[in-house]
Amino acid sequence: MTFDIGDGVDSAVNYILDNFAPLLDLIASAIGAVANGIQSALLATPTSVGLAIFVLLSLWRVGFGFAAFTAVSLWLVDHMGLWSAMMETLSLVLASTLVAMLIGLPLGIAMARSNKVAAIVRPLLDLMQTMPAFVYLIPAAMFFGLGAVPGTIATVIFSMPPVVRLTNLGIRQVHAEFIEAGNAFGCTAMQLLFKVQLPNALPSIMAGINQTIMLALSMVVIASMIGAGGIGNTVLTGIQRLDVGTGFEGGIAVVILAVILDRITQSLGKERAAPWRGLFRRQAQQPVASTATA
Amino acid sequence: MVFATESYLAANDRPTKISIRNVFKVFGDRPDKALDLLKAGKSKAEIHAATGCTIGVNNATFDIRAGEIFVIMGLSGSGKSTMLRLINRLIEPTAGSIEVDGRNVATMPRSELIALRRRDISMVFQSFALLPNRTVIDNAAFGLEVAGVAETERKARACAALQAVGLDGYDDSRIDQLSGGMKQRVGLARALAGEPTVLLMDEAFSALDPLIRTEMQDELVRLQAEHSRTIVFVSHDLDEAMRIGDRICIMQNGEVVQVGTPDEIVLKPANDYVRSFFRNVDVSQVFRAGDVARKTQVTIIERQGVSAAAALERMEHYDRDVAIILGRDKTYHGMVSRNSLIETTRDGARDPYRQAFLPDIEPIPASESLSNVLGKVAASAFPLPVIDEANRYLGSISKSALLETLDRTA
Repeated sequence: MTFDIGDGVDSAVNYILDNFAPLLDLIASAIGAVANGIQSALLATPTSVGLAIFVLLSLWRVGFGFAAFTAVSLWLVDHMGLWSAMMETLSLVLASTLVAMLIGLPLGIAMARSNKVAAIVRPLLDLMQTMPAFVYLIPAAMFFGLGAVPGTIATVIFSMPPVVRLTNLGIRQVHAEFIEAGNAFGCTAMQLLFKVQLPNALPSIMAGINQTIMLALSMVVIASMIGAGGIGNTVLTGIQRLDVGTGFEGGIAVVILAVILDRITQSLGKERAAPWRGLFRRQAQQPVASTATA
Repeated sequence: MVFATESYLAANDRPTKISIRNVFKVFGDRPDKALDLLKAGKSKAEIHAATGCTIGVNNATFDIRAGEIFVIMGLSGSGKSTMLRLINRLIEPTAGSIEVDGRNVATMPRSELIALRRRDISMVFQSFALLPNRTVIDNAAFGLEVAGVAETERKARACAALQAVGLDGYDDSRIDQLSGGMKQRVGLARALAGEPTVLLMDEAFSALDPLIRTEMQDELVRLQAEHSRTIVFVSHDLDEAMRIGDRICIMQNGEVVQVGTPDEIVLKPANDYVRSFFRNVDVSQVFRAGDVARKTQVTIIERQGVSAAAALERMEHYDRDVAIILGRDKTYHGMVSRNSLIETTRDGARDPYRQAFLPDIEPIPASESLSNVLGKVAASAFPLPVIDEANRYLGSISKSALLETLDRTA
């Protein structure tokens, strides 16, 4: 006995196409506005300014050594002629991370608050992470046409699970005594969430966002197959023409962007004083002697 | 240091602040079934086998009076922390009523409960439970912030609370920069900032090293002297309970075994479990002279015109060798023995009492620890009188009474 699930999916896709066109257009224009807005802002920024921003961010959040790496590697990308492609890719990554956070953070919070929600969402997340991307790339293109919008949506599907999972995990791992303290002092459920749970889950949530960005970057080549553009195009061109050199250049640019984004976003989760902060550190912040009591 | 006997008498007059009646807490999925079995007289083990539920608190009934330090004591697993959390309903009771100021916490709606926690009841935790993402002052102001107090006011009040616990100047420090003792001062300031009438303290000083712990206990007693709050203090440490408690409640396997003053608990333990607490305790350190002093000696009020013969008569009647001579205001004047009194009356002294005072008898201050008293009592041929700060006579310590105290508790 065989089931023909495929036929069912086909007719479902057709049904959505026939009956939900206005909704699809609305989603497309909303995501399109975000993606295109970020993209035009990034492309309008002069290369030298963009490079300076990256170097300063690296210096502030990570340190001198990494700032030097950022300067050299971005100079290399520019001289490979891939700067604007990289900005397109960055805008795709930022747009999809933004959408993933907008959906993923509330979803993660809902999972943490209810075991039922968690039980329903968890297999969905597994599905999103393991389903081969090409499978939903085609319906995404059918629904939203070619370009940055389906690219962003496909990227969101693939990259959202970590931020949901780690938000859930982070909130659940907040020490029980903090929750007790919050309740004992009369927190409402919302106060408990915003004053106790989220601040203490922040490192975990930031790790989730970092992973989401990394996964989004790993989708760039696949998303470029439906016209999302960016460095993915360069790699794709290299593959199609069997031009190993071009492909390699694109690959290097992806890796450079990945390393820079990874280090900078990782640093956001933890407290780290930039090199020059020590000069202005106040006396009161010095660790106090453990025996000092009044 | 207040004397246990005195504070107890005063405490008896205090109104009830928290009234706990037939409170049960069953942990598990089938609390109703477990409760029925419990009321049918089944043991904890049988109930666990039948329902998978464990009994946290079993039919607790007692009153906590306004302004007293009430210590709940027990071994781990005795239900003392659960009992504490039932008072502010961090743990939902399965049955029974918990009234704070006459209002039942167990049944009040959520909004009222939140208001009660913000206004009346605050808590100090064993592991401090300070929020690591906040500075010292923001931690101290947490309760006020949650209650919606404006920023300038809550900072001022948190600042005052930090000062009250002796921690000014650390306002902007981060929590991980503080030592354990300082952290718990912040915890105490956070609890005091909202000026609650009830303070719940869950093994608040257990995580501190012994010296700091004693210091914090003194601090608590000092704060209590300034602002009389109702403090419910959970502890597994008898020394701590004796030091700070006006009354002590002893729990065993979720049941309240005994409620009483430290004296009552030590002198009339309800069962072997209660007695077992004292095995490791050096009673001579725990007790002070005032706790052991007994009014078993003949006392004589010194008045003009009352002859020594009457005093001699009474001493003979009660078969006592000595008598304590007091002023009308119960101040201690001196101690006479039968022999010294007979000698002075025979000599026809004008003031028979004064001249008959035994020269070697030094009254003992009530706050003197028993370990310091042992030697004096042993060396003296007579019982030694005990006086308070105002020189009033509280009683005397005889060798036999001292031995009895030490033996009963050893």
